[in-house]
Amino acid sequence: MTNSQLTPGVVPGRLSPQEYSANFVDVAPRLSAHEASVAADRCYFCHDAPCMTACPTSIDIPLFIRQIATGTPEAAAKTILGQNILGGMCARVCPTETLCEGDCVRMESEGKPVEIGALQRFATDTLMAAGRHPFTRAARTDKSVAVVGAGPAGLAAAHRLAMKGHEVTIYDARLKPGGLNEFGIASYKAPENFASAEVEWLLQIGGITVVQNWQVGRVGDGTVTDLLAEYDAVFLGMGLSGVNALNLPGEELATPATDFIAELRQSDDLATLPIGRKVVVIGGGMTAVDAAVQAKLLGAETSTIVYRRSQGEMPASEHEQDHALGCNVRLICNAAPVAIHAVEGGLEVEFARTETTGAGLRKLDDTFRLKADQVFTAIGQTLGATPEELKLAGGKIAVDGAGRTSLARVWAGGDCAVGGEDLTVTAVAEGRDAAEDIHQFLMGE
Amino acid sequence: MADLRSDFVGIKSPNPFWLASAPPTDKEYNVRRAYEAGWGGVVWKTLGSEGPPVVNVSGPRYGVIYGADRRVLGINNIELITDRPLEVNLREIKSVKRDYPDRALVVSLMVPCDEASWKAILPLVEETSADGVELNFGCPHGMAERGMGSAVGQVPEYIEMVTRWVKQNTRMPCIVKLTPNISDIRKPAEAAKRGGADAVSLINTINSITSVNLDEFAPEPMIDGMGTHGGYCGPAVKPIALNMVAEIARSEATRGLPISGIGGVTTWRDAAEFMALGAGNVQVCTAAMTYGFKVVQEMISGLSDYMDRKGMVSTSEIVGRAVPKVTDWQHLNLNYVTKAVINQDDCIKCGRCFAACEDTSHQAIAMDEDRTFTVKDEECVACNLCVDVCPVDCITMRELPKGETDPRTGRAVGDYANWTTHPNNPSSANFCGVRPAE
Ligand SMILES: Cc1cc2nc3c(=O)[nH]c(=O)nc-3n(C[C@H](O)[C@H](O)[C@H](O)COP(=O)(O)OP(=O)(O)OC[C@H]3O[C@@H](n4cnc5c(N)ncnc54)[C@H](O)[C@@H]3O)c2cc1C
Ligand SMILES: Cc1cc2nc3c(=O)[nH]c(=O)nc-3n(C[C@H](O)[C@H](O)[C@H](O)COP(=O)(O)O)c2cc1C
Ligand code: SF4
Ligand code: SF4
Ligand code: SF4
Repeated sequence: MTNSQLTPGVVPGRLSPQEYSANFVDVAPRLSAHEASVAADRCYFCHDAPCMTACPTSIDIPLFIRQIATGTPEAAAKTILGQNILGGMCARVCPTETLCEGDCVRMESEGKPVEIGALQRFATDTLMAAGRHPFTRAARTDKSVAVVGAGPAGLAAAHRLAMKGHEVTIYDARLKPGGLNEFGIASYKAPENFASAEVEWLLQIGGITVVQNWQVGRVGDGTVTDLLAEYDAVFLGMGLSGVNALNLPGEELATPATDFIAELRQSDDLATLPIGRKVVVIGGGMTAVDAAVQAKLLGAETSTIVYRRSQGEMPASEHEQDHALGCNVRLICNAAPVAIHAVEGGLEVEFARTETTGAGLRKLDDTFRLKADQVFTAIGQTLGATPEELKLAGGKIAVDGAGRTSLARVWAGGDCAVGGEDLTVTAVAEGRDAAEDIHQFLMGE
Repeated sequence: MADLRSDFVGIKSPNPFWLASAPPTDKEYNVRRAYEAGWGGVVWKTLGSEGPPVVNVSGPRYGVIYGADRRVLGINNIELITDRPLEVNLREIKSVKRDYPDRALVVSLMVPCDEASWKAILPLVEETSADGVELNFGCPHGMAERGMGSAVGQVPEYIEMVTRWVKQNTRMPCIVKLTPNISDIRKPAEAAKRGGADAVSLINTINSITSVNLDEFAPEPMIDGMGTHGGYCGPAVKPIALNMVAEIARSEATRGLPISGIGGVTTWRDAAEFMALGAGNVQVCTAAMTYGFKVVQEMISGLSDYMDRKGMVSTSEIVGRAVPKVTDWQHLNLNYVTKAVINQDDCIKCGRCFAACEDTSHQAIAMDEDRTFTVKDEECVACNLCVDVCPVDCITMRELPKGETDPRTGRAVGDYANWTTHPNNPSSANFCGVRPAE
């Protein structure tokens, strides 16, 4: 290893092998049985529990925690997975501080919630480690459904439909299933290939065929109309495959943060992954934080998030901001990019200071430049191409409460559809609920 | 710091906290360390007759009941009396007493139910300079199968007979330790008193099976696949012990008989409660077995702090103070009315009070959209269940002053009146119904 954190430019191998593995271990390792029982004992078994209301998939949290407390973690897992088939991933990636744990009554009494996420992981890991799939398929129907996208929304829909006895085919554009679980989530949240292990476990239900490298709309693959001809119903869970453009001079010098993260997630050897000495990330959400943190963990000397509004307005939760700051990521707020310049020995990103007025965000004349070797943009993802007949709303597929789109026999859910936050757990809830509605529709026919 | 000195049937100790006869007092090493930690006295682990000692099992001898976070709430044991030779115990007792003359040292005894056995052992104990003897009529397991322990304690005539033998054969104060495994605790206490006992101590352990191993289908603790009932002790038994102490303290026949309170004493507060119900001192076993000898330091500081706050100068000011307040149900004031009140500032909105009242009580708590819980006075019967289940202790009982109308019954709160004169009571002079024909 000849490179170090101070090597100029964008180079691989800035750290020792030990440093790479230490940096990318599980951020929140699984609780031991003892830790789980102590944590479970803190739950009050609330009536009509607020935590449960706050969970987008409405997991019966007091019940599953009681099942852990009484020494039956596999029963707890079944309670969880019955509502949320990706309960294992959600236990790792949900921003619990703004969901279930944020509403735990123990926040009110002690400012420390019951560790719902960690307990959920304890239960689901126990079951998955035993290699058991706790659900069985209902008798086969003669119906078949096409699911587009093997992300959380598509997987949840497919599992529920298969469980109801329908034949399901998932079509996914990438070479591997999992969606952003596989290509987006920060690596330290779900290390050891958890995403692919979970998909494999989920498919044990049977009745689901996965077709990879098949993109709806791509010549040679097929269209939604083609799918409708072949299947009784179609579920669209294709996420957001595009990214917002910066629309600035020099924007071609920046890389979408999601591409960087996808490459990182698929890398077998982090030491081969080039990273800049000075990294600048433009944005303020979960993606910006994940990119900046992981750049730092890969050995960048400095990693700076620049967000155009105030810190309080950042879409990334306080917990995530703290995590970034704890990893020595720098945070600059109230600064919007105006240009990226190629200069001697690297790049410079030019920012204008901003202020929020009644009329919205305003760029001031006060500007500054940040030196950078690598610039990532994390300013939002956009919907990819969709059939023209499909009605959109605010850049996403318009759906009603049950996920029905404007096209007959076509449902949609997850990031590509309107409604809910763009979170793994929301995608699961929407996929599951659409599946229930599809089932009703198919059986009512 | 309040004066905690205690004089129990003439036995003096620097504080009223004694270790009960059990493993903590089984040998010189333990007892010396207990005294060093601050215990006021000990009752030495029960001695048997001369000759080959009893043998204990060599597998697990304790079972347990846990609360949250594996907190020990109750322990059960199948241990016998001391399994060390009599002469070794006597030698050690003598040596410890010589070095700690200011501490109480009482010797627990259990020998066969014949006068000769008692006549033989008493002089040997006297020779150690111990302060007194405690007759173990309590242990419910093992020894009872051999006609000792609770097998004696369950027959008042035997208690009286043995106590009399002891009193006739020694000048030492004699404490009779009672078994709770009996339907009316007053009977053995009266028998002890008739036999001349200086005091009773209670309770010994309660017959119990703590748990069943669901793989082996056998009771725990399990010895080679089999189990037996054992004696239950610890915080879980305190309510049973308190009631038995109170029964003896307030009964006509035994009033004034000194009591050493035992059963689940874990904190200074438990000790004060036993004393308020008539115990002159307390004995402790499970708390020491769970946390070590050091727990006595909290008991000492806590009791003395409490007495200072109350302006009490001697523990005798606590002893028996609650006894006059223990009465029969029929004398409770039926015109006393309270209503639960929820302190909204402290409420964390867990809804436990609601679930309890709605599902199992009187549907007297309302829950509104934003999870505000309020008591409906017109339904609340003041059962106290919500207070008991609230995790943050934010529900209190408000007493309705005389004259205020109880919205549940529509009647104004009146003067004291109890069941004996209640119109619904067939044996009251005011009975409003029709008495069955004579
Ligand atoms: C960097 C990053 C970090 C994140 N971290 C978190 C986090 O910590 N916690 C959290 O809860 N959420 C997080 N999210 C959000 C979360 O990952 C998404 O909300 C969630 O994955 C949405 O699921 P989905 O199934 O709708 O879409 P996706 O996961 O995006 O899956 C869509 C799938 O559809 C496929 N596809 C796309 N277009 C086509 C097509 N035309 N034809 C066929 N297949 C297609 C894709 O290959 C993909 O497999 C993060 C997102 C990003 C980008
Ligand atoms: C393991 C064990 C052994 C005991 N052995 C005796 C004994 O030998 N003699 C006796 O009088 N009581 C014996 N006891 C009963 C205790 O002295 C005491 O009465 C009982 O444990 C209740 O008090 P506690 O709740 O503080 O433990 C024993 C208790 C335990 C736990
Ligand atoms: S809010 Fe907290 S204490 Fe109440 S049930 Fe949920 S996890 Fe348990
Ligand atoms: S005291 Fe009993 S009846 Fe009254 S509100 Fe509480 S639980 Fe309900
Ligand atoms: S039990 Fe206590 S904290 Fe919980 S809702 Fe009722 S009053 Fe509030």
